Amino acid sequence: MCLAIPGQIVSLGPDPHLAIVEVSKVRRKVNIDLLKGDSLAAGDWVLIHVGFAMTKISDRDAVEQLRLLAMLGEDEQAMRELEGYRFDAD
Amino acid sequence: MRTDSERRGMKYVDEFRDPSLIRQAAAEIRRLAAGERQFRIMEVCGGHTHAIYRFALEDLLPRNVELIHGPGCPVCVLPMGRVDAGLSLAVEHGAIFASFGDVMRVPGRHGSPLQHMARGVDVRMVYSPLDALELARRHPDRQVVFFAIGFETTAPSTALTILRARSLGVTNFSVLSNHVTILPAIKAVLDSPDMRLDGFIGPGHVSTVIGCRPYEFIARHYRKPVVIAGFEPVDLLQSIVMLLQQLREGRANVENQYRRAVPSEGNEPALRALDEVFELRPFFEWRGLGFISQSALKIRAAYAQWDAERRFDVPSVDVTDPVAAQCGEVLKGALKPHQCKLFGRECTPERPVGALMVSSEGACAAYYTHVLQRESS
Repeated sequence: MCLAIPGQIVSLGPDPHLAIVEVSKVRRKVNIDLLKGDSLAAGDWVLIHVGFAMTKISDRDAVEQLRLLAMLGEDEQAMRELEGYRFDAD
Repeated sequence: MRTDSERRGMKYVDEFRDPSLIRQAAAEIRRLAAGERQFRIMEVCGGHTHAIYRFALEDLLPRNVELIHGPGCPVCVLPMGRVDAGLSLAVEHGAIFASFGDVMRVPGRHGSPLQHMARGVDVRMVYSPLDALELARRHPDRQVVFFAIGFETTAPSTALTILRARSLGVTNFSVLSNHVTILPAIKAVLDSPDMRLDGFIGPGHVSTVIGCRPYEFIARHYRKPVVIAGFEPVDLLQSIVMLLQQLREGRANVENQYRRAVPSEGNEPALRALDEVFELRPFFEWRGLGFISQSALKIRAAYAQWDAERRFDVPSVDVTDPVAAQCGEVLKGALKPHQCKLFGRECTPERPVGALMVSSEGACAAYYTHVLQRESS
């Protein structure tokens, strides 16, 4: 459960706590409160853990992280996790 | 002249992104470790343990460089009694028990959460604490208890979920906190008389939250080097190179191999949320390591409404591990997984007896899945 899922920000808001991210064509809302100090924009990549974006990463690192998950055999589980997020904006 | 295991490891290397980098790092490790000295390095994080077995990295190391798998798998260090205590809230109080998939197969005294689910107890698997909060909003007539586990990587998410419950005014949601902190566990390992370690591979994602500075005491006080590492094979090998360089030069510093994700100061909003919602427990039991003072997080009185331990009468269940299981020795690195009497016979990933066999980050499950699979292929 330590491995994080890379996701690309599609859009921010309207809820200031949430962003829509996309991973392998799946789009879900994630919480961005942990990145309050960073300037976030559509197109940025973040590492996601239990529904929260934890840290900003580069495009290149995002590709490597996806590859790592696949090599660890955890890519399907990561996608299930992402698809499984059920919380919604108010 | 390469050993059989090194050849196996090298064959495996071709799958990696940049095999030449792996080979260079492996060669550098052999050069730095040359001689009689034995190097015992602990990787603290369960994610690292998984990667090490999956990529057969031990096969790339010379015999005198040994990796000891540390206590950084949240499910593995969770005492069995806590699972029973959490499930009792569903069984006796009719609450919805919600937790991560990793918790679902942890054996309790009367079965795992999954087995309780099969018996009709309301157990739900969630991927985020926010999903547990959402469950509470959809079931306003029920109590929802989120059984929270994890180190500093996960605890900020629980803290932010409690803050969100407060701001949304959700009162039928509470958290049974089993959150633990990694540094007291490392200190306990260092203070353990039967443990001789030369250095640490520091956890990657815990460090995105806490930064690099909290590890300084390991370098200063215990004179052991720490290198915070990423999760790719080349990250892990490079971190071993960096540790061996320090050891050869007689240095003990905290270094950051995983700069691309770990800022040295950590994550300020995460640390603020942790401090707002949690305080340290005087002590907490760790499986295999016993009671460690100031090693776990409880919810502050200001958030009592969302604290399952204050809302319910949570029983303190003391369950000893099965006598034959040697989880404690494996957890401290005194035994390798396959040296446990139950390994692969009574205890398998399908039917785990000990917690180290439950999570893919547990040393036993990782060994079973990857090493045995390779040997049989």
